[in-house]
Amino acid sequence: MLEILWHGRGGQGAFTASRLLGIAYVSEDEQYALAFPSFGPERRGAPIRAFTKLDNKPIGNRSEIKKADYSIFLDETLFDESAFSELKEGGKIILNTTKEYDDERIITIDANKIAYEYLKAPIVNTIMLGAFAKVSSAIDEKMIETAIRIGMPQKLHEKNIKAALEAFSLPEKLSLKAG
Amino acid sequence: MAKKFLSGNEAFAEGVRLAGPDVISAYPITPQTIVVERLSEMVEDGSLKAEFIHVESEHSALSCAMGASSVGARAFTATSSQGLLYMAECLTYASGGRFPILMMNANRSTALPWNIYGDQRDSISLLDHGWIQAYAENAQEALDLALIGYYVAEKKEVSTPFMANLDGFILTHTYEVVDVPTKEQAEEFLPPYDTENKLDLDNPKNLAFTAGPDYNMQFKYKAHEGLLRAKEAVKEAEEKFEKIFGRKYTGLVENYYTEDADFVLVTLGSIAGVAKEIVKRRREKGEKVGLLKIRYLRPFPNEEIAAALKGAKAVAVFEKDISFGNEGTVYTNVLSAMQKGGLAPKTSNYVGGLGGKNVSPEDIEKIFDDLKEEKEGVNFIGIGGVRH
Repeated sequence: MLEILWHGRGGQGAFTASRLLGIAYVSEDEQYALAFPSFGPERRGAPIRAFTKLDNKPIGNRSEIKKADYSIFLDETLFDESAFSELKEGGKIILNTTKEYDDERIITIDANKIAYEYLKAPIVNTIMLGAFAKVSSAIDEKMIETAIRIGMPQKLHEKNIKAALEAFSLPEKLSLKAG
Repeated sequence: MAKKFLSGNEAFAEGVRLAGPDVISAYPITPQTIVVERLSEMVEDGSLKAEFIHVESEHSALSCAMGASSVGARAFTATSSQGLLYMAECLTYASGGRFPILMMNANRSTALPWNIYGDQRDSISLLDHGWIQAYAENAQEALDLALIGYYVAEKKEVSTPFMANLDGFILTHTYEVVDVPTKEQAEEFLPPYDTENKLDLDNPKNLAFTAGPDYNMQFKYKAHEGLLRAKEAVKEAEEKFEKIFGRKYTGLVENYYTEDADFVLVTLGSIAGVAKEIVKRRREKGEKVGLLKIRYLRPFPNEEIAAALKGAKAVAVFEKDISFGNEGTVYTNVLSAMQKGGLAPKTSNYVGGLGGKNVSPEDIEKIFDDLKEEKEGVNFIGIGGVRH
């Protein structure tokens, strides 16, 4: 099972990203997913987590992910050293940042730049989904597009597909030190 | 059939749309809100032709559903926690009046301390109010219960309201793959609601009346009989369901590796998912463990439980419920079933997940470890044993 932990602030669309990943993954036969937010009251700007579990059989364990294969930060201000304690061995962090990190566990992407270009706003959820797809190979471009068309309002489709595929198609924008 | 990625609330709303109620009356409460929102959107966009009545309270929501049912309409409502408790007065009206209303309840903790998270104290505390009570394990079962619920409730010999329970958040807010049947399939499965138990100008009669000591107990006896007949109706509904939709359900309980099991965990609701994974892993290592999932708490599957637990050396019951001053109510009921079946294994009760406290796979593993040591008693997971 592949376990993905999403970090964002209320309003940034972290849960939407976790759900889109689930939609993308189950668009292939015999693939299963669970997607859920950290439960409780929602407040704009407050830190939130969301979870996606992917497997080739139905998933019975509905508890929160304690150790992730991928931990994805939509907002750099939520990232600190404690993130490493929530990673499986060999797990990766995908971080939206303009900074360089000299750590093979961290993969960086300047998602805000892509967001301003395509969405005219710093909403990076679909871009981080594209980056995750690139890094993990769990889903491909077609599945990303399918998920956005199914899981988002129509007026958001084209620009989000473009933004997500931009992140997917430009590996040089990811610091692929992790290999 | 269409494959969709839905939350438990959304899946249930799809099931209700397919069942096609005439009247929906509901008051929103976390974590039930989404099912009501989705239904209101369906009514708005015309994909569900129903009267949507946004009432001012849960007490009114069920009263309103009863009013609709009393003129022969198919009625739906949904609630959770304090909303269900606020409705409690009307629960006995609906069951005593033999109105086959479907209600979705998002299982949530009861105050105080106030809390919006999931446990099963709300519905279990109302077991004696004359409703059929089913518990879903996942979003697919939730959707299917909307259809099966009406089928069972509306059978003339049953005529009893149906409460479909979904673990708050863990089911209501978790997205997963769900097969959504077609309207044609749903119509083939669920006949239109047809009843004589209605106010009818051509055939005037008295409904929801007073009965003094002379007759009151006879009505209670008939309500009890109606609820018991739901056992047969569930069987019939599931056989027809499998023929049309291709999904098989197993009646009031589900046996998972119980046949030759020495050590059996009994539970209900969404926790059964992870419990099955654990049983399977332990079986692969040669451990004779099993899981008995209770799908219906009313009518209570006494015979099915006794049959499943025959031969078990030790039995543990895990539930998100406590009857203060005694033990978990599911445990009490299971003990009664075993006693009637002449079984006397070692037994233990695990109370967990109250107020949404996370129940980890390790917590369930620990119950199986304790089972093998044939431990007894009532335990609050993460807190300790309870002195009696």
